[in-house]
Amino acid sequence: MLRKIRIIAAAIFFTLITLLFLDFTGTIHAWFGWMAKIQFLPALLAMHVGIVLLLIVLTLVFGRVYCSVICPLGVMQDIISWFGGRRKKNRFSYSPAISWLRYGLLVVFVVALVAGVGSFVALVAPYSSYGRIAQNLFAPIWQAGNNALAFLAERVDSYAFYSTEIWIRSVSTFAIAAATFVVLAVLAWRNGRTYCNTVCPVGTVLGTLSRFSLLKPVIDRSKCVDCKLCARNCKASCIDIENHAIDYSRCVTCMDCIDVCRKGAIEYRRRTSADCTGAAAKNEDKQPAKADASRRNFIAGLGLLAASAAKAQEMKVDGGLATILAKKAPKRDAPITPAGSFSARNMAQHCTGCQLCVSVCPNQVLRPSAGLMTLMQPTMSYESGYCRPECVKCSEVCPAGAIKPITVADKSSIQIGHAVWIKENCVPLTDDVECGNCARHCPTQAITMVASDPAKKDSPKIPTVNVERCIGCGACENLCPVRPFSAIYVEGHLNHRTI
Amino acid sequence: MQIKKDNGIDRREFLKRLGAGTIVTTTALAGCKSDGAAAGSAAGEVPTDKMTYRINQNTDDKVSILGYGCMRWPTRKGADGRDEIDQETVNELVDYALAHGVNYFDTSPVYVQGKSETATGIALSRHPRDSYFLATKMSNFSNWSRENSIAMYERSLRELKTDYFDYYLLHSVGGSIEDFNRRYIDNGMLDFMIEERKAGRIRNLGWSFHGDAHVFDHILALHDTVHWDFCQIQMNYSDWRNARGNNVDAEYLYQELDKREIPIIIMEPLLGGRLSNVPDHIAARLKQQNPDSSVASWAFRFSGSMPRVLTILSGMTYMEHLQDNIRTYSPLVPLTRFLYDTAELMLQYPTIPCNDCKYCMPCPYGLDIPAILLHYNKCVNEGNVSSSSQDENYRKARRAFLVGYDRSVPKLRQASHCVGCKQCNPHCPQRIDIPREMRRIDKYVEDLKQEREF
Repeated sequence: MLRKIRIIAAAIFFTLITLLFLDFTGTIHAWFGWMAKIQFLPALLAMHVGIVLLLIVLTLVFGRVYCSVICPLGVMQDIISWFGGRRKKNRFSYSPAISWLRYGLLVVFVVALVAGVGSFVALVAPYSSYGRIAQNLFAPIWQAGNNALAFLAERVDSYAFYSTEIWIRSVSTFAIAAATFVVLAVLAWRNGRTYCNTVCPVGTVLGTLSRFSLLKPVIDRSKCVDCKLCARNCKASCIDIENHAIDYSRCVTCMDCIDVCRKGAIEYRRRTSADCTGAAAKNEDKQPAKADASRRNFIAGLGLLAASAAKAQEMKVDGGLATILAKKAPKRDAPITPAGSFSARNMAQHCTGCQLCVSVCPNQVLRPSAGLMTLMQPTMSYESGYCRPECVKCSEVCPAGAIKPITVADKSSIQIGHAVWIKENCVPLTDDVECGNCARHCPTQAITMVASDPAKKDSPKIPTVNVERCIGCGACENLCPVRPFSAIYVEGHLNHRTI
Repeated sequence: MQIKKDNGIDRREFLKRLGAGTIVTTTALAGCKSDGAAAGSAAGEVPTDKMTYRINQNTDDKVSILGYGCMRWPTRKGADGRDEIDQETVNELVDYALAHGVNYFDTSPVYVQGKSETATGIALSRHPRDSYFLATKMSNFSNWSRENSIAMYERSLRELKTDYFDYYLLHSVGGSIEDFNRRYIDNGMLDFMIEERKAGRIRNLGWSFHGDAHVFDHILALHDTVHWDFCQIQMNYSDWRNARGNNVDAEYLYQELDKREIPIIIMEPLLGGRLSNVPDHIAARLKQQNPDSSVASWAFRFSGSMPRVLTILSGMTYMEHLQDNIRTYSPLVPLTRFLYDTAELMLQYPTIPCNDCKYCMPCPYGLDIPAILLHYNKCVNEGNVSSSSQDENYRKARRAFLVGYDRSVPKLRQASHCVGCKQCNPHCPQRIDIPREMRRIDKYVEDLKQEREF
């Protein structure tokens, strides 16, 4: 019975959290966005004291049900492990805890967190690992399904589905997600919850607490016949039947042992002895990871226009489409982070790299960073789209407080960067055509077109950027006709400000 | 410049002309019946021997009233990912057309990215040369030197696998007299073509017109010395009195040519499909009058009802279009009533007069201009362009417009990428100010996306 309740609850949580990463329309978020926000590490980083206390109390009462129900990575391992179990019955056995590794990794993790090494934090944090897997491996399949429906909808003139762009946002993050998935799948298939009980920092913290939990599975020595059936079915490998003891720091209260015991020798009940209290590791120190902001001047490369038909030819023929070169990202001295993240530092310290913001970004702007210190944390770039004025989706979904909620009005006055003009690429000067597409699309009217030669009124018009009004949304960079490198690009600001 | 509004024919005169019209037609009596009963060439059967023909009194050519426009041949994605003409389908269409009495084929060196003549030549050369009339054009738009123009002429002979043209046109004149002089007078090309006519390699010499009335008058005045054998104009019930943009009312053009007894060839009888894809309630009105005939057939019958018309060109991409048009003209049942009311109703819809001829393409900045304009027009016709964000169906219209926009036009080819270089404008026969329309559509899209109130 208890096991069934656990399985149903886990299925609900797992499905809905997965949908948070898959649903690009934002419908699920309105109802179940909170499921991401009650994840332990994001809540801790967002300093949601209430949620963290609630999870601590939950663990102190029921044991590590968090790991069995709320954590999507844990549930994913259970699912894989279940498939493994269908091939081979009674395959687990007790093994002692590898405490040096668990606590060693926890210490390293806390140090990394304090030092702002976001990449390591993101690599080990469980919810983030799952987010990465969902975003990189599951979402493309979901989108492909959606696109197939959109294809059919188009055939019957329905607007119920629209197709979305499937793209790999960052090769390194994709590779990490795939590797994580493979490693976890192999471990879970063979040994159940190995990751949760040796690597996962959240597992270690909650494990320390669950030693002292009010309710836990207890073996009744008088009924036990030492058949080891429970130990052989314990995916946490934590039932030591020789001593009739259970390692509660590793038990994820999955209730499998209770169900499997034919003698009814295991019960989920109040503990009989112990009187300690645990202390959660809580760290919020300020230790900036100063990004190297060496200012280099560069020219974004010669603007190569895809003007296959623009030049004079013997015969101008009708029809056909000019080929469009893909845009390339310019080298930015400072990364651009979304409005609501306040600063690159705030982002580095709070983001767990779960990819939820990346999943919901409808404009193909957010992608995981490839920087060593901020690996997998989101960064912005404007090759495929720009940060549209009506969208604040990333700020709505962030569970870790790395991107705080903002309104559309707030966004129009938050400066996350500023536009820089590259004269050498600008088409009015290079191709002698009228343009001004940047000025036309600037949502804050920060760009004004002026005569390139102040003395001549009818000289080609070039853009000037009023940096005070520019918010760094990238409309100019994205819609600049020059390819692959735009004639205007956005330089990020390490600290955002309201203009 | 709108010419002589008061010089139009009234309904009675229109009927009178119809009586005198249809030079070779088997249906003089049917024309007197009501529309509903007469136009009953029901869908299904496509007659092979009932095509209406008109006689060109200059050469006694017996020309089918339905002419095949070779500007919209079907294309498919080639091995290199680029569009190529689907030659097998072209062959099928041409065989079918000839078998059902269509005998006039009109192409140009620049159509379908310059591939139309080749494809047309391949398809037609499989049939006896005297079983069809061949028309092509001097399309020396971008390079009007004498050498290039003559090279273009010779290339056409080669590609079309022939040693003479039945009809040869000065392509799309009317923009300005200077342009006309540059392309045909200063380089001696008009004299060259007159010589070719004398030599029998051009059997009929004429010109196709898009543009200003005074240029039309100027070129028509050359008739006394040149003797134009025919003229090709844009004519349909929408342009008859209410020509959009810088087009001249077809009524004026028709009358001027009629006065001089110059045979007229009609292009854009359907406005690139805009007179077939009409707003729902207009389609319903036409269907109500005769449920069996297509919306397009009304436009074709309108043009066919004019007696001076020799043939009416339709760029039929699909077999269904070809069959429908053959039905309409096998035989032609002239209209007994002018479509003034329909034309007036059409005017209420602010569509952009794009006929999808693709002359503006390729846009050097990668935009798909016709696709953008067509999507906009489709939304206008379907009531999905809101005049105000307070409209009752605003939410539904907004979704249809935006979702449909991304479907019809890839993001990188949408209006937001127009820089306003204006290279397209001189190419547009309808004289649409394309960058202006791009900006207007882009602004509308932004209004929708940002959910601004308007």
